[in-house]
Amino acid sequence: MSTNYEDRGRRYNNNDDDFDRGRPSQGRGGRRMRRRRICRFCIEKVDIIDFKDARFLGNFIPERGKILPRRISGNCAIHQRMLAEAIKRARNIALLPYTTD
Amino acid sequence: METNRQYEVVFIVDPTADDEEVARLTESFKQIVTDQGGTITKEESMGRRQLAYEILHKTEGNFMLLEIEGSGREIAELERRMRVNDRIIRYITVRVDEDRRRAEKFKAKRARKAEKRSTSQDAQKRPAAPAPRPAEAEEDAA
Repeated sequence: MSTNYEDRGRRYNNNDDDFDRGRPSQGRGGRRMRRRRICRFCIEKVDIIDFKDARFLGNFIPERGKILPRRISGNCAIHQRMLAEAIKRARNIALLPYTTD
Repeated sequence: METNRQYEVVFIVDPTADDEEVARLTESFKQIVTDQGGTITKEESMGRRQLAYEILHKTEGNFMLLEIEGSGREIAELERRMRVNDRIIRYITVRVDEDRRRAEKFKAKRARKAEKRSTSQDAQKRPAAPAPRPAEAEEDAA
């Protein structure tokens, strides 16, 4: 079922088994694995992301305090925008850090 | 048409303030809002929390949440008061009615979709049984 994609030289992993025999799709560096993108907000049908819920938003704040990019989290554009807005509001009232060093 | 707007206001009171002072400040802010013609729909203490970064050399704060419904004029007055008050170390006002309405719309859309899906399943079942009908109709016509 994924043959079409493989023909085009891209790889979409539908299950984790693919990971083991996965060859890097492009580049010499090797570990270019493409995971199927899943927006967890869409799955849970989230319509509003609350800026007051610092613990939840913290999931999307890596070490440096930056907003986790979409290419990593797999969020859809709509939800990423909502999330970014919520994080920025939370930063404003010191629920989340602007930077951490 | 002028519809009422909804706002969420979060403000941080100086950590040296005790519960009583926080309550008093909150009460005075509520008074300001109602004086200006707004209504308080929710009041909640988010408690004493660690600040993610220092504000005015303070590392803690008392967080309070107010939900306000009104025209927007009371927000201007409220924010002015909070700016002047040096017991308030930070505040934020967020307009929420638009987002909530949008959320409602999404929800309705999902519901409609779900309904459609279930009816289309019915539609798939239905043709199986009354399939011979058209033939009969043709015979009648003939």
